[in-house]
Amino acid sequence: MATEPDAVRAAIGVTGQYSAVDGLLTGRENLMLMAKLNRMGRAGARRRTTELLELFDLVDAAAKPASTYSGGMRRRLDLAMTLVGEPRLIFLDEPTTGLDPRSRRDMWRIIRELVAGGVTVLLTTQYLEEADQLADRIAVLDHGTIVAEGTAAELKRRIPGGHVRLRFTEARALESAAQALGGEADPDALALDVPGGDGIASLRALLDRLDSASITPEELSVHTPGLDDVFLALTGHRGANDHARKANR
Amino acid sequence: MTAITHTVSDSATMVARQLRHMLRYPSMTLLLVGMPIFFLLLFVYVFGGAMGPGADGAAASRADYLDYIAPGVVLIAVTSAAQGTAISVTMDMTQGVVARFRTMDIARVSVLTGHVVGSLVQAMLCAGVVVAVALLIGYRPSAGPAEWLAALGLLALVSFALTWLSVALGLVAKTVESASNLPMPLMFLPFLGSGFVPTETLPAGLRWFAEYQPFTPVMDTLRGLLTGTGVGDAWIAALAWCVGIALVSRLWAGKLYDRDPSV
Repeated sequence: MATEPDAVRAAIGVTGQYSAVDGLLTGRENLMLMAKLNRMGRAGARRRTTELLELFDLVDAAAKPASTYSGGMRRRLDLAMTLVGEPRLIFLDEPTTGLDPRSRRDMWRIIRELVAGGVTVLLTTQYLEEADQLADRIAVLDHGTIVAEGTAAELKRRIPGGHVRLRFTEARALESAAQALGGEADPDALALDVPGGDGIASLRALLDRLDSASITPEELSVHTPGLDDVFLALTGHRGANDHARKANR
Repeated sequence: MTAITHTVSDSATMVARQLRHMLRYPSMTLLLVGMPIFFLLLFVYVFGGAMGPGADGAAASRADYLDYIAPGVVLIAVTSAAQGTAISVTMDMTQGVVARFRTMDIARVSVLTGHVVGSLVQAMLCAGVVVAVALLIGYRPSAGPAEWLAALGLLALVSFALTWLSVALGLVAKTVESASNLPMPLMFLPFLGSGFVPTETLPAGLRWFAEYQPFTPVMDTLRGLLTGTGVGDAWIAALAWCVGIALVSRLWAGKLYDRDPSV
């Protein structure tokens, strides 16, 4: 790898955190530029450009300069430019940062299609939901070192199961519930987190104990562990600037 | 063999990209050519009457003064274009698209080659417009085809050297603002040489600078070729300066482009 940098460059595609498009050129021209730099023939370049404009829903904007594009369009064009040369391995650096929910979902759909087409994707993200949605394998990075690696399910298994949150209307009820059930009380929110909730049986047992202690919570909600919990547990609550890195097959 | 064809085809692609930028946004070129035309009109019509007769017999009227300053103004056009080059290089580097080029399997030098050739075209265009305006207001060079050709060649060489220099300056600059300021001194060099007054009329220190700075032999050579006043051996110094500046700037720019962008 280190001895043949150009061969590596030819096989990979990189989409950075900031869209690397030529703002002075139109969407179509940007793609044609990439096609030429990938040394495609004129006809092949045209075909690939049209194909990608359609795939990324940019046909209507194809003749407008990229500097007039919205954030989501720029990201799509950016990724389309990365794909011109049909790389086998793609690096995506926070592809959905700053996108509205619709654009994010569009991007997710495109990434899933790429993976289905046999491309290996390595992407970094701050959004753990994104990793959960897209990744086959996830590596959690904390201050530059990998602190955990595995599938989303494997990672979730590494931390204690879910919990049930009981909310009360007054502090006294919270206290007596805490005495009867144990768990972690949050006096400010008048809430009590008790372990369990990762199955019908444990939930039923909890309800029975509530009944027998004649405690009636105002509200009950079941929380299953998400990657957010995994991340916080693994990185010790420092994680504001850290990345979860995930890899699709 | 393939490496060479790749370099050529990648460079051609990048040149096409620059020319497309230029065609799409002609306002930049107009802005660049505006400055030298302003100086041309200013010096001929505002100062020309007063300067012409006084200047050492070399110029005796407004028309003669125009003949005298035309090469200097053409050089200002070239330096003005160089300023545009630095700006567009910095814009390119800060825009992120160059970061993409770096990750691709393309000839590294092609990005800079695109800028240099594109800017060379722009500089020659600017110089051409300035010459045309000068002709329009009464510039009457006595040069024959051979002299014109020689003048054109020298001008292209100067543009080439200054373009590489401004590519390097554009790479040094971190912001577009500083990119537009860095090449500014170049534009004043014709004034501090033989561009608008004969160097003999300057005070001693300035005169020494004027006689040994690179633009003076270039302007003297151009003037000699175009108005038939004789070139002498100024052309040797002119060529040497151009080749030297081009070579040093080329190496400097290459080094700047190759450095780790994260530093």
